[in-house]
Amino acid sequence: MDVFRQVTSHTAVLPQANIDTDQIIPARFLKITDKQGLGENAFYDWRYDEQGKPNPAFVLNQNPFDQAGVLVAGDNFGCGSSREHAPWALLGKGFRAVISTRIADIFSNNALKNGLLPIVVDSAFHQKLTAQPGATVNIDLEQQTVTLAEDGARVGFTIDPFARYCMLHGIDHLDFLLQQEEAIKAYEEAAA
Amino acid sequence: MEHPSPTNQGSSPPSRPRTLFEKIWQQHEVKAATADHPAVLYIDLHLIHEVTSPQAFDELRRRGLKVRRPDRCLATMDHSTPSLPADAAGAFPYVDDLARKQVEKLVENCRAFGIELYDLNSEHQGIVHVIGPEMGATQPGKTIVCGDSHTSTHGAFGALAFGIGTSEVGHVMATQCLLQHRPKTTAVEFTGRLKPGVGAKDMILALIAEIGVGGGTGQVFEYRGEAVEALSMEERMTLCNMSIEAGARAGLVAPDQKTFDYLKGRPWSPQGQAWEKAVARWRELPTDEGAAFDRVVHIDASRIEPMITFGTHPGMAMPIDDTVPAEIHGEATDKALNYMQFKAGETLIGKKVDVVFIGSCTNSRISDLREAASIFRDRNVAPGVRALIVPGSKKVKAMAEAEGLDQIFRAAGAEWREPSCSMCIAMNGDQVGAGQLAVSTSNRNFEGRQGKGSRTLLAGPATAAAAAVTGVVTDARRLGGT
Ligand code: SF4
Repeated sequence: MDVFRQVTSHTAVLPQANIDTDQIIPARFLKITDKQGLGENAFYDWRYDEQGKPNPAFVLNQNPFDQAGVLVAGDNFGCGSSREHAPWALLGKGFRAVISTRIADIFSNNALKNGLLPIVVDSAFHQKLTAQPGATVNIDLEQQTVTLAEDGARVGFTIDPFARYCMLHGIDHLDFLLQQEEAIKAYEEAAA
Repeated sequence: MEHPSPTNQGSSPPSRPRTLFEKIWQQHEVKAATADHPAVLYIDLHLIHEVTSPQAFDELRRRGLKVRRPDRCLATMDHSTPSLPADAAGAFPYVDDLARKQVEKLVENCRAFGIELYDLNSEHQGIVHVIGPEMGATQPGKTIVCGDSHTSTHGAFGALAFGIGTSEVGHVMATQCLLQHRPKTTAVEFTGRLKPGVGAKDMILALIAEIGVGGGTGQVFEYRGEAVEALSMEERMTLCNMSIEAGARAGLVAPDQKTFDYLKGRPWSPQGQAWEKAVARWRELPTDEGAAFDRVVHIDASRIEPMITFGTHPGMAMPIDDTVPAEIHGEATDKALNYMQFKAGETLIGKKVDVVFIGSCTNSRISDLREAASIFRDRNVAPGVRALIVPGSKKVKAMAEAEGLDQIFRAAGAEWREPSCSMCIAMNGDQVGAGQLAVSTSNRNFEGRQGKGSRTLLAGPATAAAAAVTGVVTDARRLGGT
């Protein structure tokens, strides 16, 4: 996993609530056995028309939102399936963080394991962000803050300290679990 | 083959009343959470399928790791597999090369890592959440995970069962453990009794309509009350299956005599003396009198009507003869209604239906097929409707055929298929066409879920069958037969 300390980028805004994983990456793209090419298919059914041509009305096809590194999305983002293809697709599309007022559990777990930062903010700050698509934000994982470049408005966010530590140092969760071998063995023996 | 019994340790009396969830959680903590790390939770059973596992197996290879406990894995194939049988030469009609390769990859991975696989030629193959219980692998008190959000289904047996992503699939393969934050608990109390013609699918849709699709975020539900106790094991699975559609991590029902009767004598169930011991342990699991939940939700089961969805997530559900609302949970429904081509204030009764899908891990078990068959009997699929009936497993299929249900479906003009996820996720070529309206017994009505541009109405098997034979959205109670 890549080290994540700070990200400064402009946002793209998808304000609707309950954007599910089938929208982020439709199921027909799950037949791959690796992680390649998912970025091109992120939000496929919103992004492309029947002929597979980019839909100009969709925000991620518009400059500068197509280059955004931070996605601001409506409440309950990432609901639905457990497919890790969803964060893989968003990372592939160039996003490093998602900001919402609520993010689904499994999506959040998956995102954290791949270096995509899921950030939950209060609705006042969220409204500020959705009102200014393309605004530049600075996300500081060390300080756990999001700052709007324009007026310096800043909010804190909470994140599981373990996941934060892993992201800050580029450490994989599996490495930690592998170090627990003795405790796992002891548990299995006691349970047998 | 010998299978380990669940790891229920420490039967000394608890010092304070605990919930079912707390008991299972505490019994599986290899390490409790500290300020530095979440709890290390031991996993008793890992269910594996072709879609969410290949990248995890590759990660093990990359690190030179083994699957730590192949004996705690159960693998099958269901998502990318065709719902049509093999040809005379034994070749299966995959939708494309990618699907075939994904399935072949699972065969290769299971062989390489020593995991038992129920493949397309096995009499045990089926949708992963249908065969786990059927094999007796799903047992009270176990921790069960799968790279699949509907793992919540297994909670019907009083197992703590939840979906995980592919990274975590790798974690469980390598260490049999997961790093987990302890969720909060919600008691979902269904008081009173269901009316005739109302089932578990209606209960769960009513709950999600009440609390919303994010209403369970961070929670484990325990379904309780008279109406839940009265449900069969199959209905309890339907109920728990859709816990995730409310955003809950898992759903639980306390194990009881019905649970034990269901499990007795199944291939992975404990046998002989071990069975008696297991049942004694399982009897200790239900929530103690006076145990506290973080939240309680009350639903009056006697007021639930047959439910149907009208929008693009499962929370957009209503009693079948209600009119479509302009707003639900303060959320305007206009975007969803625009997609669905419905108008606020209109009724769905009488809407022309193009496709009916009876299947998926929500409603593809034998009781669902019996319910559907009671409506198809002596009736025909309406002209212009395509009805697809996909049993959840080979065993369900064989049972249905032994009872002659397939004959009822075929005689009516419905397609009787091979076990797979099929139109629930539309990965195997079975799909609803763009703009077509489908009544489906599956669990997700997201935009494009059943095929690009598909419009899905979720409902129970009776409502789906009634739509098939009338060609329009119909209250099945008008037809009788259930
Ligand atoms: S039937 Fe549908 S919900 Fe169930 S496992 Fe298959 S794809 Fe997932």
